[in-house]
Amino acid sequence: MRSPAPTPPRTSPMAPPVSFLWTRRILLTLLAGFVLVPVYVMVSSSLKPLADVSGKFRWLPSGLTVRPYLDIWSTVPLARYFANSLIVAGAATACSVVVAVFAAYAVSRHRFRGKRVFTVTVLSTQMFPGILFLLPLFLLYVNIGNATGIALFGSRGGLILTYLTFSLPFSIWMLIGYFDSVPRDLDEAALVDGCGPLGALFRVVVPAAIPGIVAVAVYAFMTAWGEVLFASVMTDDTTRTLAVGLQGYSTLNDVYWNQIMAASLVVSVPVVAGFLLLQRYLVAGLTAGAVK
Amino acid sequence: MTTTTAERPVGRSTPGAAPRGTPRRRPGRLRRAGLPYLLLLPALVLELLVHLVPMVIGIVMSFKELTQFYIRDWGTAPWSGFDNYRMSVDFDAPVGEALLHSFLVTVAFTLLSVGLCWLVGTAAAICMQDTFRGRGPLRALFLVPYALPVYAAVITWVFMFQRDNGLVNHVLHDQLHLTDQPSFWLIGDNSFWALLTVSVWKGWPFAFLIVMAGLQNIPRELYEAAALDGAGMWQQIRRITLPSLRPVNQVLVLVLFLWTFNDFNTPYVLFGRAAPQAADLISVHIYQASFVTWNFGTGSAMSVLLLLFLLVVTGVYLAVTSRGRRSADA
Repeated sequence: MRSPAPTPPRTSPMAPPVSFLWTRRILLTLLAGFVLVPVYVMVSSSLKPLADVSGKFRWLPSGLTVRPYLDIWSTVPLARYFANSLIVAGAATACSVVVAVFAAYAVSRHRFRGKRVFTVTVLSTQMFPGILFLLPLFLLYVNIGNATGIALFGSRGGLILTYLTFSLPFSIWMLIGYFDSVPRDLDEAALVDGCGPLGALFRVVVPAAIPGIVAVAVYAFMTAWGEVLFASVMTDDTTRTLAVGLQGYSTLNDVYWNQIMAASLVVSVPVVAGFLLLQRYLVAGLTAGAVK
Repeated sequence: MTTTTAERPVGRSTPGAAPRGTPRRRPGRLRRAGLPYLLLLPALVLELLVHLVPMVIGIVMSFKELTQFYIRDWGTAPWSGFDNYRMSVDFDAPVGEALLHSFLVTVAFTLLSVGLCWLVGTAAAICMQDTFRGRGPLRALFLVPYALPVYAAVITWVFMFQRDNGLVNHVLHDQLHLTDQPSFWLIGDNSFWALLTVSVWKGWPFAFLIVMAGLQNIPRELYEAAALDGAGMWQQIRRITLPSLRPVNQVLVLVLFLWTFNDFNTPYVLFGRAAPQAADLISVHIYQASFVTWNFGTGSAMSVLLLLFLLVVTGVYLAVTSRGRRSADA
């Protein structure tokens, strides 16, 4: 029995039964609604005049305005928070990717004592409650500051350092899987051709693993961009990131919900757009590495 | 294989090769033995600095009477033995009682949230295994909650849960007339369900993403063979898809569990500093106990207890699920 469809179904050569099709249709519609409602609220409310969001909720705005998008920058210093978040997340991502590439290359391509201990230790840090090392890290940074004059507490540097280790375990884990899938013959050929081990890494393994590296970078950026706990403790007025700064709209006497929604949308667009553009790589990276 | 030292000049003089500072020369064998460690060094140092050293400090702190008077120089805080632990687990006293309550709330919340996230994520991934029109955009849409920064997503839910101008009450009260009067969602008992809703909304796409990746590793031939044997769609899902996903699920459920149990961001943005009793998750509770009352010693003791609990659960979970897998394979 052959299916007449131009693209054969992935799972079975038979057409799925009607019961399955209907279950699928209903389930996916419900889910799409569940996902979409908050997104719709965010987008529509950001274009509403203040009266619309202060009174009873309305599905349709009484009029559209872009005022919230102009006002958000002056109600709180959003541009500064934005810049801080960009610096912190960007630097944390760049450092995290480089460190993870080195570590994953070592684990994937070399035999050495303590390999298993290393991978297990790094992965197990994922399960630590953030709250457990928040307090000591807070004290550690304060004390390092007092002792050496290096301001880690309250500075962007301290936050970058912290965030880059958050994404590191997952990044290393995923890259090990990815590097393992790059044929060894390739870098051995490079070694024979006279590249050093680092040459083989940068000229052969890294180019072949670009999708995995992109996926890891996306993950690291999202982690740093969205973190709240450490940002709320370890930043001050000048280094505050979006995660903390966005709450500034609600502590004022009036709650400007339309501005909050506009600001939420503005700070989400870079990550959501980046993520959706690159999600293919993430799925591919997970398939090759994490879920194998 | 030739030694790299002999070959390097050739490599360097290759036209078009990117100029790069060569590392200091050392005898080849030593270099090769040391190289992995050198490559690991940055990761190791960072993990030590940010995770492991603070963890040790945290354990030390939990044995100290560390109040605001000793913050500037915490080493001078007096030792207090197991006082902090005794205080945390004395369930008749207010501190211990509150901690136990928070723990139970967290357990209930985590079980429900992980269960729902897994169920919805898996169902959606299986539904989208076949190609159909609109599959790509739908997949992108489903990943949006995961991609949104936590605070932006949760703050939108805060707006929706507002009593007077939120969407939830508008729908439930004004449009469907299900409640006598608009209810409070972010204080009181309802806050638990509000938190659960937000958590599932935010969390299921991750399960969806992982299961989707896991499905791609199931060989097509399995389905073809099953179809030839006359197995229907539902049977294929039950007999092939779900069993094949077991290794993926083992990790996925564990990761979801740990993340949900430790979640701080969602309740913190949803409720602010003071979480309502019904939704007093453990991370926020410990945060309150430490940073609001400035009692870091007790806060650390609670964190250590939490870590011990998670270690035990993880250990038991891995032992049980791995044994199940081995006996299933046999």
